[in-house]
Amino acid sequence: MAKDPVLVIFQLTGGNDYLNTIVPRQNPLYRDYRKLVVIPEGEEVPIDDDYGFHPEMAPIKQFWDEGKMALIHGIGYDNSPRSHFRSMDIWHTCEPDKVGTEGWVGRSIQAVDPDKENVLTGVNFGQGLPRAMALPGVPVASVSDIENYGVLTGITDEEQRMRALDRFQRIYSPAIGRGPVMDYLGQTGLDALKGADILKTAPEMYSSSVEYAATPIAQKLRGISMVHQANLGTRFFYTQHASFDTHASQMAGHEQLWKDSAAAISDFFADLRANDAAENVVLIMFSEFGRRVRDNGSGTDHGAGGIAFAIGDPVAGGHYSEYPSMDEKDLQEGDLAPNYDFRGFYSTLLEQFMGLDPTEIVGGTFEQLDFIAK
Amino acid sequence: MGNKDIALMAHLMRRAGFGASYDELEARAAKGYEATVEELVDPDANGVPEYDELTLARYFPDMEVPSAPAMGTANFMYHLYTTPRPLVEKMTLFWHMVFATGNSKVDNPPEMLQQIQMFRDHGMGNYKELLVRLSKDPSMIFWLDNNENHKQAPNENWGRELLELFSMGQGNYTEDDVKMAARAFTGWTILPKIPRTPYQRHHWKFIYKAEDHDHSEKTFLGHTGRFNGEDIIDIVVEQPATANFMARHLYNFFVADEVQVPSWLDVPPKDPEAVEAIAKVFVESEFDIKTTLRFILNSDFFKDESVWFAKVKNPAEVVAGTIRLVGDFQEPRPGVLPMGLEGTYQGQDLINPPSVEGWHTGREWIDTGSLVRRVNFVADSFSNADMPGIKSIINRLGASETLSPEEVVDGCLELLGAVQINDETREQLLTHVRASGDLSRGSTEEETQAFGKRVTEVLQLIAATREYQFG
Repeated sequence: MAKDPVLVIFQLTGGNDYLNTIVPRQNPLYRDYRKLVVIPEGEEVPIDDDYGFHPEMAPIKQFWDEGKMALIHGIGYDNSPRSHFRSMDIWHTCEPDKVGTEGWVGRSIQAVDPDKENVLTGVNFGQGLPRAMALPGVPVASVSDIENYGVLTGITDEEQRMRALDRFQRIYSPAIGRGPVMDYLGQTGLDALKGADILKTAPEMYSSSVEYAATPIAQKLRGISMVHQANLGTRFFYTQHASFDTHASQMAGHEQLWKDSAAAISDFFADLRANDAAENVVLIMFSEFGRRVRDNGSGTDHGAGGIAFAIGDPVAGGHYSEYPSMDEKDLQEGDLAPNYDFRGFYSTLLEQFMGLDPTEIVGGTFEQLDFIAK
Repeated sequence: MGNKDIALMAHLMRRAGFGASYDELEARAAKGYEATVEELVDPDANGVPEYDELTLARYFPDMEVPSAPAMGTANFMYHLYTTPRPLVEKMTLFWHMVFATGNSKVDNPPEMLQQIQMFRDHGMGNYKELLVRLSKDPSMIFWLDNNENHKQAPNENWGRELLELFSMGQGNYTEDDVKMAARAFTGWTILPKIPRTPYQRHHWKFIYKAEDHDHSEKTFLGHTGRFNGEDIIDIVVEQPATANFMARHLYNFFVADEVQVPSWLDVPPKDPEAVEAIAKVFVESEFDIKTTLRFILNSDFFKDESVWFAKVKNPAEVVAGTIRLVGDFQEPRPGVLPMGLEGTYQGQDLINPPSVEGWHTGREWIDTGSLVRRVNFVADSFSNADMPGIKSIINRLGASETLSPEEVVDGCLELLGAVQINDETREQLLTHVRASGDLSRGSTEEETQAFGKRVTEVLQLIAATREYQFG
């Protein structure tokens, strides 16, 4: 039986600079606009005649060469507000016109597991839960340190702890009927209890020859690998790396961000492949917006159109959508005009990869791409 | 037990501070509610000393000028749980959460602590003056790139957030206003940074460069003139939107949880009259923060029982409140660093909010991960019968020779600060205690210990309840 598809969402928090991530190496406008915040000629890692990766992305070029990396160009949405929070909210909730509170991943988890048979269908690695995963009544485990995860772990006497945990379970039930926040807390407590019992098995079962870096993002992807390889039925993983908000000193900052991210992703897939756990995994990367076309002398300000990635064995690599025009007349208030709606990207993943109906999850029908191999 | 004055005092101390031991609640209740508010709001006039910074410098020199971010985080947290002036620290936290500046980018913990100290020194003064100080704060300038905001190449970051997050709120200005605000703050920058050495970072310094300031005429929110930064702040604070936005922030922080800030444009306040009343006092006092706080804390909408426990405690409140309750760190001791990190692990990394928007609050503090972490932290702290605060609870309960399960459960709830819980939850706690029968204080050391252990078990279970996550 084929393994269930698993989606890993890697958020580039802060607004990743599209132009210096996928360098339009043949386009003379790039060097006209970018005077100081620019990848020096010839230093980009060639993708093809027209484009090149940021130099620090070299470790993940292998996926492009294997035909396992899709680049989704010009991604975004109309009337980009250029505010981090609002933009990120829009990406998380698929609600560009009003403030939404329910996340698209939360809705996807609900679609995969409507009866909440598995409290670990969605797992977040990091501090705090991203809004993308928030949906009342949908349990999501949020793990900062998988090796020490559990409720009332300080009670060392095992019998006493069991008694306390039994009481904890009763105190958090009934989960409904005491007002929205109390109900939410009740459910969260019960889910935490159940999830912790299962999650603690993952590190015990894990072994790998891949040594991840000590960076936060590498450790998060290592945690994801552990839980994925423990076969706990997790279908959506979420994590993020920050901060891509490079208004100033971008050359050094952006370089370090991609260095850490690319190394972590490369190790992650090496780990999965070595353990026969890669064939059903797609990792995507996105950011709330791209950055302004002209630099500001030290960094770049908030922009609009950006770049998203899909990496993994189920991916049909290549360029999708188009790099937006850099002609002055085509820019929107100095930014690349988004030409592909991010909800189409989600829809492609949900329908073609996860086998779900995306219409309700993303709130409508949007143009899909063909980056999932048939 | 179960005294209304104590319960109200407990509410005041949770909101205007970080909770208090039962001894302190009794002493304050004896002094009176309004007198306590006065002492909290105006510690200088009431002879309440500041925390002695020299103690910190003597015992934890690494934290005073931290070389690592976690040391800076620990420094701020240390002030929250040791301060004799709880409301001053509470307001410092408030401003840190509203004017959210993150070390992730600033990368200079000593400078971040200067900003925190600025909130501590001026956070209960005048809001307009505070905004001017904030505009000149080196961490803020660097965080929102005003050092990259030049006459020839404006950078909008500070101009935008000043309007969107620090004063008026979204929807009350145009993109042109943002551009004009940015231009008015050109030339407000910092001196070139002295490169850090491996073990030391240097403080930064604000400087106004007239030659890099855009002196041209600007039209901002309907006013036209050759505006500089102070002029923009003058215009901004006079906008009704600013008073309303800040009043709602204060309500959200001190009275009851509101929806998240980005929704304020669409969702009306929970208690519009209260927010309006706060805004009115704020404007009439010419943005005097002390006057506004005094009004809030003495108002009926604040004292009303319906808003008690109507806020999910933020992690700083959980950590500092627990330490103050159990009476830890009354003298400096090792272990200050883990206390700072505890807030981080519960989802609030002090001096490093996730973005300029600050932390999402209310129920968003709670997810499975953070709930587990906070329950474990508080339960572990309550299990230590050697802590003065816990010892005091055991001794107070031990004043009676035997206690029924009801007396133990209700007594623990009262002594933890008149904590209110649901009847069903109380029933569960009672069932737990009944399984081992009445409690007897006993006379031998062994019996006394067993008594203490049973009490701390109840305290731990209370810490684990849903209700205890509220403050």
